Amino acid sequence: MTTNGATPLLEVEDLVTRFSVPRGLVGTLSGRPKLAVKAVDGVTFSLGQGEMLALVGESGSGKTTTAQTILRLVDAESGTIRFQGEDISKASGKTMRALRRHAQLIFQDPYESLDPRFRVRATVEEPLLVHGEGGSSSEREQHIRDALARAGLNPPELFLDRYPHELSGGQRQRVAIAASLVLDPELLVADEPVSMLDVSIRAGILTLLDELRRSGLGILMITHDLSTAAHYADRIAVMYLGRIVEEGPAREVVQNPKHPYTKALISVVPQRDPRAAVKPQILTGETPNPIAIPAGCRFNPRCPIAIPECRATDPELRVPAGARADHRAACIRA
Amino acid sequence: MSVPSPPPTALDEQAAVADIAGIEPRGRFTFLRWRALRRPSLIFGLSVLVIFILVAIFAPVLEPYNPRAKTGEVYEPPSSAHWLGTDDGGADMLSLVIRGSRVSLIVGFAAALVAMLIGGTIGLWSGFYGGKSDTILMRITDYVLVIPDIPLMIVIAALFGRSLTNIILIIGIIYWTSTARLIRAQTKSVRERAYVTRARALGAGNRRLIGKHVLPQVMPLLIANTVLTVAIAIFAETYITFLGLGDPALISWGKLIENAFKGDAVLNDAWWAIIPPGLCVTLVILACTMIGMAMEEALNPRLRVGHLAVRRFRLRRLKGALDSE
Amino acid sequence: MTVPLLQVEDLNVWFDLEDGRELHAVQGVSLGLDEGERVGLVGESGCGKTTTILAVMGLLPPSASVGGRVVLEGEDILFQGEDSVSPHRWVDIAMVFQGAMNAFNPVKTIGDQIVEPMELHGTASGRLARRQAGELLERVGIPAARARSYPHQFSGGMRQRAAIAMALACKPRILLADEPTTALDVMVQAQILQLLVGLADDFGLALVLVTHDLPVVAQVCERGAVMYAGEIVEAGSTDTLYHDPRHPYTRLLFSATPDLHEESDVVFIPGTPPRLDHELVGCPFAPRCDRVFAPCASLKPRLVPTAPDHSAACHLNDPAMRAAS
Repeated sequence: MTTNGATPLLEVEDLVTRFSVPRGLVGTLSGRPKLAVKAVDGVTFSLGQGEMLALVGESGSGKTTTAQTILRLVDAESGTIRFQGEDISKASGKTMRALRRHAQLIFQDPYESLDPRFRVRATVEEPLLVHGEGGSSSEREQHIRDALARAGLNPPELFLDRYPHELSGGQRQRVAIAASLVLDPELLVADEPVSMLDVSIRAGILTLLDELRRSGLGILMITHDLSTAAHYADRIAVMYLGRIVEEGPAREVVQNPKHPYTKALISVVPQRDPRAAVKPQILTGETPNPIAIPAGCRFNPRCPIAIPECRATDPELRVPAGARADHRAACIRA
Repeated sequence: MSVPSPPPTALDEQAAVADIAGIEPRGRFTFLRWRALRRPSLIFGLSVLVIFILVAIFAPVLEPYNPRAKTGEVYEPPSSAHWLGTDDGGADMLSLVIRGSRVSLIVGFAAALVAMLIGGTIGLWSGFYGGKSDTILMRITDYVLVIPDIPLMIVIAALFGRSLTNIILIIGIIYWTSTARLIRAQTKSVRERAYVTRARALGAGNRRLIGKHVLPQVMPLLIANTVLTVAIAIFAETYITFLGLGDPALISWGKLIENAFKGDAVLNDAWWAIIPPGLCVTLVILACTMIGMAMEEALNPRLRVGHLAVRRFRLRRLKGALDSE
Repeated sequence: MTVPLLQVEDLNVWFDLEDGRELHAVQGVSLGLDEGERVGLVGESGCGKTTTILAVMGLLPPSASVGGRVVLEGEDILFQGEDSVSPHRWVDIAMVFQGAMNAFNPVKTIGDQIVEPMELHGTASGRLARRQAGELLERVGIPAARARSYPHQFSGGMRQRAAIAMALACKPRILLADEPTTALDVMVQAQILQLLVGLADDFGLALVLVTHDLPVVAQVCERGAVMYAGEIVEAGSTDTLYHDPRHPYTRLLFSATPDLHEESDVVFIPGTPPRLDHELVGCPFAPRCDRVFAPCASLKPRLVPTAPDHSAACHLNDPAMRAAS
């Protein structure tokens, strides 16, 4: 549910993305059954205009694959993706190309996501050229400048002729953001936008994203950093092994977590204040390989409060006791 | 009493702006680490190659005599009239060597170009598209790789004649395989880089991805590899002609060596008939190899082995305490 | 007063640059480490923290010049460069490198790689070494039987544990850990930190934790030193660093780190750290400081005590300086 009730910008229902594991020559010859990894195993959420949703999870949770599937960089096995009300799950390449103007992706690594041979101007101009937008060369120049200014690179003239290697990490990330803004998209998917940047400049980029959100963009932020999600996102969805296990308003999820995984995650995040009382719930082992998803509740082998019933039931996302109506968790004991 | 922190705005990068404002915008090729190219081997290689190219271009002006005319006795040793002596037909060796540079270099560069075009295209296609076409193209590459080159050359020469064009084509067709593999590997790795994925994510088609993002990144390596292929091609021309498969009417270094062999130069102690052309071939190949290797190292600094040596840092004795006052 | 186990005095590191200039990467760093103490070395990229601990281990490349003293139990191990450092390497001071989990030899078993330093430094060999390796693995949370596995059969978290086991192979007194949890998930990070603290307690290890992640230092270490532009700008107990910072950079760095439970605004420090290839005038943080005043641009502040066991390099702590402006 979105906060304002209008048609959500993005709606995802029961999304499943599967990757097949190569069997190798011996495997094929010996008739070994084809294995598949369900990287995303039934994910449902929606995102409205002017909203920031953070998809939080550890490695193997499927958050990056979800983002790639939504943008159709990877094909979903089943489920629906609706963008501005239109079902794009099976849209053709041509339709997707047209739609790509409305949904842009920001990458994690600012040192790799810009072509080292393109000047800033060329990088920001490329989306215009690809989609045949922007009119004449001077009109495009104006769009480029506007995008750079909007991304916080002022004055734009100083940056237009630079190469990526002449810019700092934060500046590069802003160039990438400018390139995604130049077509005036409605949706931005940011995959760990600041994890490779120094701490002191992260807030700059995140505040920029927040301002873009205020200006009407919908932002899906993928991150492993709960603190960042808590500060900047409107809502948080916690993922584990391909499913959303808890979802709700950001502050609410962090202050009043209902799922044992969320509780454990929150308890182990180091805090700034050395005097802070900590009772870390360090789970044993690591996230299991998605090839072998545990039966019943997929979290039960590591869950500190698991009961025998957890091995038999695969819980649904529902509103637990004592939670607000927009806060859901997938735990039978919540 | 504390000064309140200025409200942080996302639009405030003045300090950073001041930092880069002092740097002049740099050129396109700074990534090439120009300084790495300032190595003696590259300078030597380039000089030698340029000299030979100039010699080839200005051959008719430079040669002291008509290379096809009998201007001296048979196997005359080097003298002031004939600096490199004469061959078994009395023609001036120096003129022959100078004139021979033309064919050898032309074949070398042209064949390398053919190899680069075939190998580069196959490598790019294979690396970028992957899948079935990759498998098929790589199989073809493997087959061509396995065919022994000399018998193939003999067969083609026998079937299609021994013209200059044919030689160029033969060499080009046999030697594209290593280029293809190299370019395929490089293309595959570039294809996975974030900026290519980002370009695809914003809707760029394959043509744009290859043309604007992949090819420019792959091109320097292709060029470096082509230079190395020139060396191979020149050598190939030399021994094709030496085997008698070359155009008999053309003068090339291989032809000169062949003539020397057929004309019993060794029996006649006529070292000047064999060594000069052989030396020229060697020098040009050496020059190309040096250039090619220097370019590859400039593109991939990890090729320099230095970092594998045992690390020994140096000590510096500080004179007194380091005071900032 | 006890003699510290490790005392770094006025450590300086210069790197040769390609055009003849030098990069002054570490500028007069001094820090002390007592037995069993856990100290954090904090800073962002380029501040010199990794170079500092590499210098302590004597692991800098030939392009580095090192000045200053590294006194281990009264002996200056840097005195004769590599020759005086190497006997202590791994036996007294060991290091877990950044990205150590990816630096394993893929063709040797984990067990072999833990035994290797033992045999190299002569602390154990043969069956005894293998048994000790097994015990070490158990102690870091890996079943001893896995010693026969290869690195690619371990997950990232397990490889990091194995890297820690490898560092402890020769029973050192001091462990330097460079960003040991940076590439790991939050939960695995918590496990590794818990492991490091446990090992430090069990083995009486002194631990130096190098990281950019302030909260990690706040939770794990008793003391911390904050580095900026090659220098230590503030040092003291982690408690004081958070509750009563005496350098604006420390305060801002804490404010720039979002906290899960506090809703205060997250701060952004505009600008970038200064380049270290030329001499700096004044305080290196001045261009980005929110409390800069008159002396900052021209006078470089020295690291002076502001309280017992706490020091900072900032003119704001000098009442005379403030009165004069």
